[in-house]
Amino acid sequence: MTWEIVIGLETHAQLSTASKIFSGASTAFGAAPNTQASAVDLALPGVLPVLNRGAVERAIRFGLAVGGAIAPRSVFARKNYFYPDLPKGYQISQYEAPVVTGGEVAIVVDGEERRVRLTRAHLEEDAGKSLHEDFHGMSGIDLNRAGTPLLEIVTEPDMRSAREAVAYAKALHSLVRWIGICDGNMQEGSFRCDANVSVRRPGAPLGTRCEIKNLNSFRFLEKAIEFEARRQVELIEDGGTVRQETRLWDAQKGETRPMRSKEDAHDYRYFPDPDLLPLAITPASMEAVRATLPELPAAMRARFVEAYGLPPADATTLTASRALADFYEAVVRHAGGEPRACANWVLGELSALLNRLEVEADASPVGPAALAGLVRRVLDGTVSGKAAKDVFAAMAAGEGEADAIIEAKGLRQVSDAGAIEALVGQVLAANAKLVEDYRAGKEKAFNALVGQVMKASQGKANPAQASAILKAKLG
Amino acid sequence: MFDHTLPELAALLHGGKASSEEVTRLFLSRIERLDPALNAFITVDAHKALAAARAADARIAAGEAGPLTGIPIAHKDLFCAKGWKTTCASRMLADWVSPYDAHVVERLDRAGAVLVGKTNMDEFAMGSSNENSHFGPVRNPWDTARVPGGSSGGSAAAVAARLVPAATGTDTGGSIRQPASLTGTCGIRPTYGAVSRYGMVAFASSLDQGGAFGKSAEDLALMMNAMGGFDARDSTSVERPAEDYRRDLAKPLAGLRVGLPKEYFTADLAPDVGACVIAAVDELRRLGATTVEVSLPNQALAVPVYYVIAPAEASSNLSRFDGVRYGHRAAQYADLNDMYRRSRAEGFGPEVRRRILVGTYVLSHGYYDAYYLQAQKVRRLIAGDFARAFAACDVIAGPVAPTVAFPIGEKSSDPVQMYLEDLYTIPVNLAGLPGLSVPCGLGAHGLPVGLQLIGDYFDEARMLQVAHQYQLATDWHRKAPPGYGA
Repeated sequence: MTWEIVIGLETHAQLSTASKIFSGASTAFGAAPNTQASAVDLALPGVLPVLNRGAVERAIRFGLAVGGAIAPRSVFARKNYFYPDLPKGYQISQYEAPVVTGGEVAIVVDGEERRVRLTRAHLEEDAGKSLHEDFHGMSGIDLNRAGTPLLEIVTEPDMRSAREAVAYAKALHSLVRWIGICDGNMQEGSFRCDANVSVRRPGAPLGTRCEIKNLNSFRFLEKAIEFEARRQVELIEDGGTVRQETRLWDAQKGETRPMRSKEDAHDYRYFPDPDLLPLAITPASMEAVRATLPELPAAMRARFVEAYGLPPADATTLTASRALADFYEAVVRHAGGEPRACANWVLGELSALLNRLEVEADASPVGPAALAGLVRRVLDGTVSGKAAKDVFAAMAAGEGEADAIIEAKGLRQVSDAGAIEALVGQVLAANAKLVEDYRAGKEKAFNALVGQVMKASQGKANPAQASAILKAKLG
Repeated sequence: MFDHTLPELAALLHGGKASSEEVTRLFLSRIERLDPALNAFITVDAHKALAAARAADARIAAGEAGPLTGIPIAHKDLFCAKGWKTTCASRMLADWVSPYDAHVVERLDRAGAVLVGKTNMDEFAMGSSNENSHFGPVRNPWDTARVPGGSSGGSAAAVAARLVPAATGTDTGGSIRQPASLTGTCGIRPTYGAVSRYGMVAFASSLDQGGAFGKSAEDLALMMNAMGGFDARDSTSVERPAEDYRRDLAKPLAGLRVGLPKEYFTADLAPDVGACVIAAVDELRRLGATTVEVSLPNQALAVPVYYVIAPAEASSNLSRFDGVRYGHRAAQYADLNDMYRRSRAEGFGPEVRRRILVGTYVLSHGYYDAYYLQAQKVRRLIAGDFARAFAACDVIAGPVAPTVAFPIGEKSSDPVQMYLEDLYTIPVNLAGLPGLSVPCGLGAHGLPVGLQLIGDYFDEARMLQVAHQYQLATDWHRKAPPGYGA
């Protein structure tokens, strides 16, 4: 009998506001400890939280982008627990009335599109950091991160494999950057996933789940889910039962290990925060946000297929990030059309270059106008496709625009019928055997003759023209 | 001079009859001489006060004086004042110096008022007798064997004893009105949201409201003019145009409808207090007001509801006092949890600990619905009672406290008896309404009795008008405790 893995994800996306969710302190990463902690972040006696409207605006953007319901009235609640890096002794979060409910995120796995349903997304503040090294048996507290705005995005248990979970996490990661609410920097903790994993026999009710924390890369997410599912299956097959608990992913050992059980779970004593009024979002303010939303990846993907005639797989790849999609559209615009040829260049040479340099399309050394210039020269026959790759490499190396490189390197394709005819004449004279074979019905011999013409031209002859002239001459 | 109201003092200061430095020295010397018997102050800083007084004198000389410029005041010691110890009368914060000013402190400072000291109080504003202070109880100047009321007992006693002309306070369940009543001073608790809570150390956030003590309704109006108004740093501060709280003082009371809640005049009310209050209501009628009986049917539920909501909020508000970043930390501890336990057990007094325990309990899983949610529902019913009452009247009148000031120690071993001190004041906080107390007679043992006036939301100006008109016709508010008058 087979097992089915059931996965739900909780993602904390750090919202890209300049200041914190309830104070005016900066959210910039990497400052010296406690230099970005205001009186509010330190929870001095008497201070009060004031909601950052920028965080709300970003939550609305997200809700609209996933087709969720934006609550006209949501409530901030206090989650009470003691920890040294939680200065107030409570975290301000949303509990019973989150700002966004429902919505879905489309994922593509093995060329098939699926939808992952969202339960909710709510606003909350981050805690500070406890530093346990370098303090000689004591702990240091850095409150720079305390009060950083987070959107916690919770899915339904809709994913059935580690690969689906990764596809969802990547789609969500792309989406939050696409709509400009999160920088997606996983190393700096701007985008963090926790996975709820359980296993069951197909058709059986949901099994007992474990929550895995500390998954700060897509690779760890995949490995941790695979490990955890295997652990649970082996446990059950050996006659054991899964205990509901929180587990920590140990990247070094490649395993999950218990952190705390359900029994030691805190009683957080949630109650509405009396320092903050319920968050009211009017239809008008929601529409104002909607008006600033960019075209979303799913809509853009459909349009690329529809209007540009791109294969769905190419459209999916081009819309994996907004930077790439925007780059592609700019190339098409500069090239004055030819969307398929542009797509081939963006997905081919350009993507290879970006991967090699590990940069996003918006940091590409070859800009969209420059690439379009090269595409135009290929399409108008100025350079052959083969030579164009050399031109691109030179452009990437900063040697200038396509036209200048073509001239400087003498890569202009020969399309002068007289010159090609002369070359064809030489080739026919020098390859009597091939001519004979061709006449005897060997098609391969024709291709060899074309190759000889190209070689004689040092690759500059227009291959289409060369083969047309060759065909005419051979009768 | 020390017996003067704020406008009387302002007339001297601004008419060149006295300098702020002279006035400030006068009050400082009274504090030095009289406060040891009262313990109304936790901190007095003559040096800072005299510097502020000289700055005020310069402003007066430059013709830039406002109505409060140069007048000495005191702040309840839970208002953060930059460079001043802000202790909340707790061992937890006994040495904590605030690095910033509360909104109220900033406003009064800007008005040119001269801060002379920080007043004693019940620890974290929890109490009705001012016996719950790490710095010892405050004594009532009318009888130093008795309590001044609480939690703003230090401010009330200081104003009553003429140690300062005016002072700030906070009122979460009656903590301004009840001590005002017990000390024969005037005290106002404004509408929730009228005065910013920024920098006012929180007890119960949805109930706390800053206010003031003075010797007359006009004093209160002047203090409110400086303290009131929108502040973006407090999300519960209500955005409304600034108002002049004195604007209606001179209007006669003809046509005014005074509501008398029948639940406020029952056997719970001591006869001597009741007699004073009824006499005051008679006076209002003589001044042209009509009276109408109103009903607050859920009044009896107010105290129990308050003792769910206030401790719940307090248990969370006081979590920040954990010994990690500031405040008291135990000298020795085994581990993190032990550090929390010891620091908090040592730092908080018994009443604060009791309320944290109660609050933690009522918010716990499995009890939240039965206590906290239920209490919030009743709270809405209580607000509804007032809304119906105000359909029939313009202002509500009644007693502030059921008795005159009681002896120190009398109720301290029985928390429930102590909590019942606030049975006429708590409903106002639950509804978020404004209320004030003005002296209206002397009851048993020659001790002062206060008349409570309750207004509709943001109707402070009318409350103050009624109080002022009453004070034009009577002189209870001019009576000083024996030995403390002019």
